[in-house]
Amino acid sequence: MLPLPEATLHILLAVADDDRHGYAIIQDVAARTNGELKLSAGTLYRSIARMMEQGLIVETRTRPAPEDADERRRYYRITPFGRTVARAEVERLAHLLKLARASGFVPGRA
Amino acid sequence: MKLIRVLMLLYPASFRNDYEEQLSEIFVINHRAASGWTSQASLYIEAIMDTVSNAIRVHWDILFQDVHYTLRTLRRTPGFTLTALAVAAIGIGATTAAFTVTDHVLLRPLPFLDSDRLVKLWEDQSPQGYEAMEPSPALYRDWKRFGTGFAGMVAYFTTAVNLVGAGEPERLEGAVVTADLLPLLGVRPAVGRIFASSDDTSGAPPTVILSESLWKRRFAGESGALGQTVNLDGNPYTIIGVLPANLTFPSPLTQFWIPARFGPADYQDRSDNYLNVIAKLRPGQSIEQARAEMRTVSAQLEHAYPKENLHVKSSVKAMRDDLSQKTRQLLIAVMAAALCVLLIACANLANLLLARALARRKELAVRTALGVGRERLVRQLLTESLILALAGGALGVLLAFAVLPLLSQLVPNGLPISKVPEIDLRVLTFAALVAIATGLAFGVLPSLRACGNLHFSGLREGSRGGVGGRKEHLRSALVMAEVAGSVVLLVSVGLLIRALWRVEAVNPGFRATGVLTLKTSLPQPKYNSSTRRAQFYNNVLDQVRTLPGVTGAAYSSFLPLAFGGGIWHVTVEGAPPDPVKARDTGLRVVTPGFFDTMGIALRQGRDLSELDHAETAPVAVVTESFIKKYWPGQNGLEHYFEIAGVKRRVVGIVADVKVRGLERTSEPQVYVSYRQMPDAALTFYAPKNLIVRSSAGASLVPAVRRIIAKTDPEQPVTEVRTMNEIVEADSASRAIQVRVLGAFAAIAILLAGIGLHGLLSFTVSTRAQEFGVRIALGAQRSNILGMVFRQGSVLAGVGLAVGVVLAYASGRTMSALLVGLDPADLPTFVFVVSLCLAMTLAGCLLPAIKAVRLDPTQVMRGE
Repeated sequence: MLPLPEATLHILLAVADDDRHGYAIIQDVAARTNGELKLSAGTLYRSIARMMEQGLIVETRTRPAPEDADERRRYYRITPFGRTVARAEVERLAHLLKLARASGFVPGRA
Repeated sequence: MKLIRVLMLLYPASFRNDYEEQLSEIFVINHRAASGWTSQASLYIEAIMDTVSNAIRVHWDILFQDVHYTLRTLRRTPGFTLTALAVAAIGIGATTAAFTVTDHVLLRPLPFLDSDRLVKLWEDQSPQGYEAMEPSPALYRDWKRFGTGFAGMVAYFTTAVNLVGAGEPERLEGAVVTADLLPLLGVRPAVGRIFASSDDTSGAPPTVILSESLWKRRFAGESGALGQTVNLDGNPYTIIGVLPANLTFPSPLTQFWIPARFGPADYQDRSDNYLNVIAKLRPGQSIEQARAEMRTVSAQLEHAYPKENLHVKSSVKAMRDDLSQKTRQLLIAVMAAALCVLLIACANLANLLLARALARRKELAVRTALGVGRERLVRQLLTESLILALAGGALGVLLAFAVLPLLSQLVPNGLPISKVPEIDLRVLTFAALVAIATGLAFGVLPSLRACGNLHFSGLREGSRGGVGGRKEHLRSALVMAEVAGSVVLLVSVGLLIRALWRVEAVNPGFRATGVLTLKTSLPQPKYNSSTRRAQFYNNVLDQVRTLPGVTGAAYSSFLPLAFGGGIWHVTVEGAPPDPVKARDTGLRVVTPGFFDTMGIALRQGRDLSELDHAETAPVAVVTESFIKKYWPGQNGLEHYFEIAGVKRRVVGIVADVKVRGLERTSEPQVYVSYRQMPDAALTFYAPKNLIVRSSAGASLVPAVRRIIAKTDPEQPVTEVRTMNEIVEADSASRAIQVRVLGAFAAIAILLAGIGLHGLLSFTVSTRAQEFGVRIALGAQRSNILGMVFRQGSVLAGVGLAVGVVLAYASGRTMSALLVGLDPADLPTFVFVVSLCLAMTLAGCLLPAIKAVRLDPTQVMRGE
């Protein structure tokens, strides 16, 4: 399954602590990246569809935000498997970064 | 919002159902945030790009999943998978193979420049029954002079020469072409140059262009061959170029091209018909306009030469369509039969999939319960049938490769196309389209049916989803269609076999068995004088007659069925000259003993003899139809007539011979002696075919070859064949077609039988419980047996009835191929009906045995 597509990892991070609905995920990802990554609606739901198929996230029936009156909104929750995969991906990236540092590729410098 | 709703259609239905609302919601939020028309416009553009790129990926993801899932499930049911693949491969393979040949001969553009604008011009003498005759050089010259409305007009005729030089003497087929012909066809030389206008002026040094195969064979493909001379029929020709290997003009057998040079002498005789004329239409000029143009030209010519060109019309045909009606019909019949096989295969596959889908209802119901939408399931099942069809199609293409050598025997000779069609991108595209259409055809119904009314009923333990009712009606209809289709094919094949027998039973007018033939074309000018030729013939014939087993030997201009020969004017003493009626006679030059050797019956008078020679009065032996035509009701002997400028006396009358083919009436023949042929005239008619009647058969060939080599070491021997082979070749395309269609029909009836068997087995197994109860309640086993056979008979009976009607209709459409056989031919229909009944019996047998052997206690315990 690794490496994860970038959007997938961002979505996993967005739902890591709280269950969120689609638009909230977009906002969370934008905030986390200082507006650098704005997921489009199509990319978001295509990723969500696949992640549900793969068992990384599930749709939840409980409504974490009672003030949210919109019945149609669907909330997504990370699964234990999703956490494991996200952790593995982050480890992979960290390892890669370590290798890059050892070869003299330090971020911020050429 | 409208835009969003339209864009959503790009997504797969299952995805759309799940996420349409959410996607729209985000768009609405963004839309609210966007102020000003520029940001709104960019929002729309973004939405379009986003949807398109993501929709493609979603489709791809689903496809990927479905393919994976399909491969897994197919692997779990190897029996089903192999059967389905085999049936699809047979249907698609048959269609692909038939299309390859049909496309090659009938459809594909000819391999020439602007080939759609090329037409052939023929002399039309319809009143005499010749709609497309080769024009004479004089007529060609006139057409070209008056027919200025064409983009170009060129001519050619075929020839054959002896190539003498290093190595074995060789007989080569070639074409004599006007210098502007190759440029008109857009032909470029592979090496050297093609003809310039300087090459076809009389008196220019003789030049020749070689085919690539000849160049490779005789000159090892070296460019040093250019400028060398070759010896063709004793004359030196300078090689100026080589044409590419894929050039097949005027036929794939052509090995060299020499320029046509028409001198004043060639323009003298307007009945010297031997040219093929090709014209190119102007861009935008229709073939109808070309016909109008040629009508004007013919009228002008009739005005200019009132005597010679009386009633001489012209006909214009697209060069692509320059093939016989029979060839066309043969191929169309093969193609139609292949499509019939494909339809039967589709029906069979649909049945297989229906049965499988019913068996899989539980699995599908489970997936529905897990939240998988109906659209998603239909799509997945369709993917499955498409995968089966495409994999079957790939196997089918391999099958088509395998049967191509057989099918390519249906490609007629003498067309400017290669003898063996290629399976190329065009054919592969066709095969892929057929496979996809097949997959949809046999997949749509079963998948819609399987996914209808799923809900939870499918989950019930022991559920017998879909037994009885509409589903079985559909399956029954499919089986009936299969039976009907195979009946149509069987009847068509039966009729064609009977037609073939008819053709084979035609008396050709000679006794073919025991006759060996070969060809020694004596070159000009070496054998210009008839004395010189006579020496050669007598030398060879005398020695051949001494070989063991030989009972007769003779030489003749042409062999019947192998070559038609020209059509001549005949003038009869006392009768008024009638140019229309009189041009209908063939001329053959033979040695004495020809009729005995060929087994042609002498009806009256005597054979030609060595005593008929240049010093005695010219005589002729003629056919019965010749006498019937000119002296009806009279004793034909001792009459005088004039042919080819010589007045001759009839000394003998022989039986008519089917010189032009077993399936048509041939013109009357006049036979004259080789000794009464003037020097250097009618050289085309100089005897070249050696005919030997013997009990030794083909074992004579080496001895005969030795005799010829001893007589003239430079003389090549070609076309060694028995007369039986020549007779068989005349109906070979029919025989091949019957074999191909026979194979198709056999497959069809087999598939229909399997379909019947499958449906009945299914019924028996689904009704096992019912049968068990009936037996337990005292029903006779014969009753059960009767029920199975009744169902089978109904299925086959309806299919048979429909099939018989359709078969009669299809028989009528191909009546041109039936040589007078009634399309309602009783023996054929009786045979097919009994074959069909046998098939029904065989299809019912196993299910019936299974039903009778049911053990009631076991069946009921199983439930």
